[in-house]
Amino acid sequence: MLTFITRKKILDRFMLAVFFTAGFITIFITVGIVYVLLADSIKFFQEVSIKEFLTEKEWTPVFATKKFGIWPLISGTFLIAAIAMVVSIPLGILIAIYLSEYASVRVKEIAKPIIEFMEAIPTVVYGYFTLLFVTPILQSIVPDLEAFNSLAPGIVLGFMILPYTASMAEDSMKGVPQRIREASYALGATKLRTAVTIVIPAAISGIVAGFILGASRAIGETMVVAIAAGMYPNLTLDPREPIQTMTGYIVQVALGDLPYGSIEYLSIFAVGLALFIIAFIFNSIALWLRSRIREAY
Amino acid sequence: MVMVNTIIDSIKSLFLGATNRSMEDIKSKTKDNFKREGDVKLEVKELNFYYGEFKALKNINLKIPTKKITALIGPSGCGKTTLLRCFNRMHDLYPGSKYEGSIIFHPDGINIASPHIDLLDLRRRVGMVFQRPNPFPKSIFENVAYGLRVNGVRDKKLIKERVEWALQSAALWDEVKDRLDANAYSLSGGQQQRLCIARAIAIEPDIVLFDEPTSALDPISTSKIEELIMTLKEKLTIIIVTHNMQQAARVSDYTGFMYLGELIEFDKTQKIFTIPSQKLTEDYITGRFG
Amino acid sequence: MNKKDKISDSKADIIYPIFGFIGFFLVISFLVTLIIDILIDGYEKLVDPSFYVSYPSRFPEKAGILSGWVGTTLVMAGAIFWSLLIGIPAGIYLEEYATKRGIIGKIEHIIELNINNLAAVPAIIYGLLALGIFVYRFQLGESILTAGLTLAILMLPVIVVNTREAIRRIPRDIREGAYAVGATKWDTVRDHILPYSLGGILTGLIIAASRAIGETAPLVTIGALTFIAFLPPSPFVSEFPFLSPEKAWELFMSPFTVLPIQIFNWVSRPQAAFQINAAAAGFVLLILTVLMNALAYYFRQKVRRKYIW
Repeated sequence: MLTFITRKKILDRFMLAVFFTAGFITIFITVGIVYVLLADSIKFFQEVSIKEFLTEKEWTPVFATKKFGIWPLISGTFLIAAIAMVVSIPLGILIAIYLSEYASVRVKEIAKPIIEFMEAIPTVVYGYFTLLFVTPILQSIVPDLEAFNSLAPGIVLGFMILPYTASMAEDSMKGVPQRIREASYALGATKLRTAVTIVIPAAISGIVAGFILGASRAIGETMVVAIAAGMYPNLTLDPREPIQTMTGYIVQVALGDLPYGSIEYLSIFAVGLALFIIAFIFNSIALWLRSRIREAY
Repeated sequence: MVMVNTIIDSIKSLFLGATNRSMEDIKSKTKDNFKREGDVKLEVKELNFYYGEFKALKNINLKIPTKKITALIGPSGCGKTTLLRCFNRMHDLYPGSKYEGSIIFHPDGINIASPHIDLLDLRRRVGMVFQRPNPFPKSIFENVAYGLRVNGVRDKKLIKERVEWALQSAALWDEVKDRLDANAYSLSGGQQQRLCIARAIAIEPDIVLFDEPTSALDPISTSKIEELIMTLKEKLTIIIVTHNMQQAARVSDYTGFMYLGELIEFDKTQKIFTIPSQKLTEDYITGRFG
Repeated sequence: MNKKDKISDSKADIIYPIFGFIGFFLVISFLVTLIIDILIDGYEKLVDPSFYVSYPSRFPEKAGILSGWVGTTLVMAGAIFWSLLIGIPAGIYLEEYATKRGIIGKIEHIIELNINNLAAVPAIIYGLLALGIFVYRFQLGESILTAGLTLAILMLPVIVVNTREAIRRIPRDIREGAYAVGATKWDTVRDHILPYSLGGILTGLIIAASRAIGETAPLVTIGALTFIAFLPPSPFVSEFPFLSPEKAWELFMSPFTVLPIQIFNWVSRPQAAFQINAAAAGFVLLILTVLMNALAYYFRQKVRRKYIW
């Protein structure tokens, strides 16, 4: 029989191994993602040249003459993200300054969870709301707005990403030391002037990092656009027309009964790879910006 | 079937973290270690200690006597706490610590500073009381019983006895005996610190290390703790780090003065505070710096 | 700066908060409009008890969400199980065990970066991962098990981050107090770290689950069905030991639908009658999300009050 202390030590070693394994497994998730996206994308690019993928201007995988140019999907994705940012940045900054410089603690305690909740709402509910409420209302304002368009989902996504654009901006502004503000007040500056000329420049890395994460979230968002933006790959910048995003295409193909290994099946991995790369670049920039804040103070 | 049961039992005890090993086993092992008072308990020889590249202790030589109170004094950053935390190898919880030289634990003659030492056994025999009272957010009873439990005592009656003994030794029993199930955080700061002392002595260590035990307490609690420390030396060897010279003078039998990682002087407390042999010690004691 | 400037400046401090509040009010109006809109649209179905106990149907007036909420419950149970199984130990490792030195330290750094990155990967990419790995390469099919694993991966970063934050709040003194009486690392984790951080971990779990429960895209990608007119088999049997492993496996491997998929399917149909169903199911889902977030908020406040170090 082992002594108590020996058993205790063996157990301690064993648990260390268990915990390390759990940590290590998380690496396999990323490895798995990269492996799946690359493996199936490589098969896809054996049938469709990378040149066609990157230069062709049409995306018609379900037509008789299949064309695989990703630009319509990318333009659709970025068009919606851009509309979302146009809505979200001014609104986010307006609210962030208000909450960080003016609002009382009580207001803040109520406001923050509400804003954070915007991202917790199931996106399929947003999709319903966009298609059946926002679009009809916009149609009475904007002439020639089609039932499926990029304007309505863009606006709704703009609200959805407020946790990044408003809440994160507020967090960064709150991080600016009070003494810096006080120096400005002591010179007779108003709160607004101080916010605009002192606080925002000091917190700019964190604010921009929030914007980029918000944009990345809008780019990766799926259900709102799949429901309300249409399923029509369309190389256009007109927000009134139906379009298709990268995520929307993946959903469209996945909804059909796709045979394993077919060109349609493989194409969603190629699109997924492009999406993953874009998201990765955006996140890396945001992380880099945030690491700069830590150096600042 | 019997074998299956044995295996299940051993797995169970492996996970529950306790066995039926009685306190007597532990006691019989340590009884011999309680030698006559005055004998050398810890012998520090040419000890160097590093935090990463930084040499925090420089060539320390020191003999700590058995069942006496030894105080370590000196200005902040002199290395007194660092030295204290070498005695139960608390530094090893954090990466980058390195020991050179030796700390011999008598009468076993084992070297505490050796990388091969059994840290669990060492910490069972060298207890510690911290600067800020740090009871666990559990009941008063569980706080004291915890050391027994992790050292394999499972007999409920025995645990009860030991907890009562430890709380009495820590002069806390009368204040808490009616509310042993209350959360330790319901106690006052001074009571919390005495609870931590009870926790440390419940497993009957040979040595207890005190790291500025009264720095977070009010004067009345401080004097209670000081009295307690003085009664404890009948049973234990005590090493106390303090920034308070009066405290060292009041409670300790021996005093070591440290400065910039070196031990400047070590002698009987009375001698250090009346006729120190080093100029630096004298300057510090008379308040000329630090 | 002349006097006139100053006056207009200080006016800004009176006017701005009004605009700021209007901005915030806009957000609240958006939220309230959304909730009222789907409540009104779906009211007819929400008050009809048969909606909750009926299977989907070709006839909108007969269609219900029975298979949807049963599927959501089963999938979420799996997702919570798997994400806790990996997430809590991974968080504990990074916060409590990480040595940050040598080769192991490099691996730890990679694990840490990796988890931060996972948090920002679009959900649909996890769907592609699950489709490529679980469905086809592991042959787990378009099953409840696959869906649970997929959502677990999605929840994992939130759980790890919250576990770490909860552990970080426990002061160093407490750990040292345990080690000083001869506790091992595992003793300390089991007796102190885990119990004291449990509230924070639970908060993280609820937040993660509230996001996962509304997730649609990754489950569409792995091929969740939209029309399921049966329930997965029950793993319980009448004879001892009342739980049949074969039946349980059948349950894990059975096809499924979940509430959000059901909503998506109804929204995409042209008949307006189905959209009533979509709104009603959407409202149910929304209420679930609100309740979970409120619970997490309550827990967070409670934990903050329980351990004041």
